[in-house]
Amino acid sequence: MSTTPLLKVKDISKFYGGRTGCRDVSFELWPGEVLAIVGESGSGKTTLLNCISTRLLPTTGSVEYHMRDGVYRDLFRMNEAERRFLMRTDWGFVHQNPADGLRMTVSAGANVGERLMAVGNRHYGNIRETAIDWLGRVEIDADRVDDQPRAFSGGMRQRLQIARNLVTGPRLVFMDEPTGGLDVSVQARLLDLVRGLVHDLGLSAIIVTHDLAVARLLSHRMMVMKDGQVIEQGLTDRVLDDPREPYTQLLVSSILQV
Amino acid sequence: MYVAVKGGEAAISNAHRLLADRRRGDRSLPAIGIDQIVAQLTLAVDRVMAEASLYDRALAALAVRQSRGDMIEAIFLLRAYRTTLPRFGYSRPLDTAAMKIERRVSATYKDLPGGQLLGPTFDYTHRLLDPSLLTDAPVEEAMLRPAEGERVMRVSEILAEEGLIEGDGELPLDHEIGDLTREPMEFPMARDLRLQALARGDEGFLLALGYSTQRGYGRSHPFTGEIRIGEVEVELDVAELGFAVSLGPIQVTECQMVNQFKGSAKAPPQFTRGYGLVFGQSERKAMSMSLVDRALRAGELGEDITAPAQDEEFVISHSDSVQSTGFVEHLKLPHYVDFQAELDLVRRMRRDYEAGRDAGNDAITEAAE
Amino acid sequence: MSELATYNFAYLDEQTKRMIRRAILKAIAIPGYQVPFASREMPMPYGWGTGGVQITAAIIGPKDVLKVIDQGADDTTNAVSIRAFFQKVANVAVTTHTADATIIQTRHRIPEAKLKENQVLVYQVPIPEPLRFLEPRETETRKMHALEEYGLMHVKLYEDIARNGRIATTYAYPVKVAGRYVMDPSPTPKFDNPKMHLSDALQLFGAGREKRIYAVPPYTEVVSLDFEDHPFEVQRFDKPCALCGAEEVYLDEVILDDKGGRMFVCSDTDHCEDRRAHGHVGAMLATEAAE
Repeated sequence: MSTTPLLKVKDISKFYGGRTGCRDVSFELWPGEVLAIVGESGSGKTTLLNCISTRLLPTTGSVEYHMRDGVYRDLFRMNEAERRFLMRTDWGFVHQNPADGLRMTVSAGANVGERLMAVGNRHYGNIRETAIDWLGRVEIDADRVDDQPRAFSGGMRQRLQIARNLVTGPRLVFMDEPTGGLDVSVQARLLDLVRGLVHDLGLSAIIVTHDLAVARLLSHRMMVMKDGQVIEQGLTDRVLDDPREPYTQLLVSSILQV
Repeated sequence: MYVAVKGGEAAISNAHRLLADRRRGDRSLPAIGIDQIVAQLTLAVDRVMAEASLYDRALAALAVRQSRGDMIEAIFLLRAYRTTLPRFGYSRPLDTAAMKIERRVSATYKDLPGGQLLGPTFDYTHRLLDPSLLTDAPVEEAMLRPAEGERVMRVSEILAEEGLIEGDGELPLDHEIGDLTREPMEFPMARDLRLQALARGDEGFLLALGYSTQRGYGRSHPFTGEIRIGEVEVELDVAELGFAVSLGPIQVTECQMVNQFKGSAKAPPQFTRGYGLVFGQSERKAMSMSLVDRALRAGELGEDITAPAQDEEFVISHSDSVQSTGFVEHLKLPHYVDFQAELDLVRRMRRDYEAGRDAGNDAITEAAE
Repeated sequence: MSELATYNFAYLDEQTKRMIRRAILKAIAIPGYQVPFASREMPMPYGWGTGGVQITAAIIGPKDVLKVIDQGADDTTNAVSIRAFFQKVANVAVTTHTADATIIQTRHRIPEAKLKENQVLVYQVPIPEPLRFLEPRETETRKMHALEEYGLMHVKLYEDIARNGRIATTYAYPVKVAGRYVMDPSPTPKFDNPKMHLSDALQLFGAGREKRIYAVPPYTEVVSLDFEDHPFEVQRFDKPCALCGAEEVYLDEVILDDKGGRMFVCSDTDHCEDRRAHGHVGAMLATEAAE
């Protein structure tokens, strides 16, 4: 296991005029570690995710990332070209609504192959084979490679989005409510898939979710957010089995026992 | 035997001649005079001046005659002429508050200083074709009364006194006036360039977009604060003299829309604005322009951009009638070389398809045997 | 009423010519990059060659010899009109013979004759942005060029192959210039793309309505985009020109009767006439000679 964190988040705050998006969030993320950010809607978890992934500019704070060459870079001091390149190669971002993370009018194969083409891959046959391979890994039939995501179910689109993100072998993946809006059985299948991939590929991930079951299944550590602040954090099993804060206890006890 | 078609030059020359003949028409009828067009087809002349962004009634009338009444063709003619004219500089901003008003209406107040002055408007006419206009029946002279000569205050000033309306729009002090006809178009655009584009924009296009905002595509709750039509002085600062020189009056139509208020707990709400200014008398254009101006400020005012009228790149790229007609009509030009390439591809693909199908059929036949 | 203006040499005033030349120089300095310029209203409509006309007007001098072609022919109506325009406002010598021209303004074709060092080819361009139909926003495409993000371009080619078994672009086929910028060569058939590569001549591209100028300096690499296993291919014609017998040239299809009779003749009319003047004879003329 590596001795240096992959990501160092320090005092991230985002204010909108008088309103707080998120406040004073700090943590470190290690290679191969999955962190869940849990909270109800309005807790600031998505704002936090967007700040960390540089999709939003925070009001204060810094995010440092450990680049492949071993150097830590302050993400907000990078120029746009470098950030965009990072987002396309070393990172992934899985949107809650797969349509936001896919090109809906382009085939599944092209969706998966795009990043390969963006970094200079010029062999159609290889690109297509790699795409088919990845479709297989996310349990999409090879014969759907030329179909457009418009013709896919919600669960299939989400799996396609995951394949599109993983094809360049990123080290860090952000996920925003990856199972939101999916049927329960479809969710279960997707979570299993994600868990397997994260493990096999040694990915780090930061997953925003309101669903404690998702946190339980996927994450090593979790942070609980309320009103823009982190009110509790720790190992996932510990937080869920022995919640310390009253709010966390409320969340945990609210899960229907079926 | 096939002879390559020649004679393009002769064909063009004959076409020009036929056009000139048709333009003059029946020689037993008197030719239309430029002064007649200026005097009796004034609103056509005004539109041409506005969209050509050149104030010269006689030249605009010439363009209308030369184009046989095709407005966009006339605008094109005048624009092409404008390109050749030298620049002396920029006038002072027109002081529309000091306008010699011919028409002034406001929908936001029942009565106000300066009153509601209807002027020569089509509003409230009954749209019944008038047979008396088939002949040269005598027309009564208008009644005149002496001008009061006072400045008529603007409706926006009335609201501004109470702090109810946002300021007139500010650009940084060091901002140099942009010139749409002298700079390449780039997005995002500053408001001065945007307003220039709208002032020159096609009346029909802006009308449709303005209409769309009223029907919910980017609604801004507009009220007509004021429309005023009349003459304003154009003044030029002359460095050697040290004071401004008047170049003379021009007629303009100005529209101030009062729109959806904006505010929060921190900043108390104020009405927002849309602005339209056109050469000549053209209310429809000035009003449409102000609606679209307001819609294009959506981003600046923190509103969601959801509608076509709010999409700056879409609106400005397609608002120029001379550009649109050029590109649409260019489809008449020969494109047979590229079409040949497409023919070739489609034929090839059909051959592949048929070959594939035949191979399939052969396979089935073989399997059957 | 004001006096109507008399026109400067080649119509444009000197300030405007200077502005356009500055844009041209920038374009030459950055091959394939679209330089924004303040396109002027011209006496012909946008979409009918105003970009090309502005470039020609900015660089033409009294000693130049001008050739204007459209679809490869000197005698198509728009070429006639533009040539007449320059004769009127510049009083320059004009020619239909490619080898004699110093400036060649063209729409949709590159002449068959190999161009020389003292020649300038001015292309008329409708839509300069190769990514335009994949990404309609100018703000986005500008970024893509700046960051060399051309993945989307290859996605389009990939889709073509997945859907049609081959790349389905037959004209305005995108190219990479000097290994950096992706450029639209204007709606020339892809057949003409190889002629742009390492040409002795200077190639200038003008888009009047879209207000962009770009350039390929002489001896610049111009490579058509493709995949290693689906390499770029030019169109091939089954038969030579029916009039002059030329092979390896682009041909126009001419419909002869209403029974499907057709023949193929050189698109480049000057090339065809030149060959016939040197005694080359194609199938149609040979048949008639025999009759």
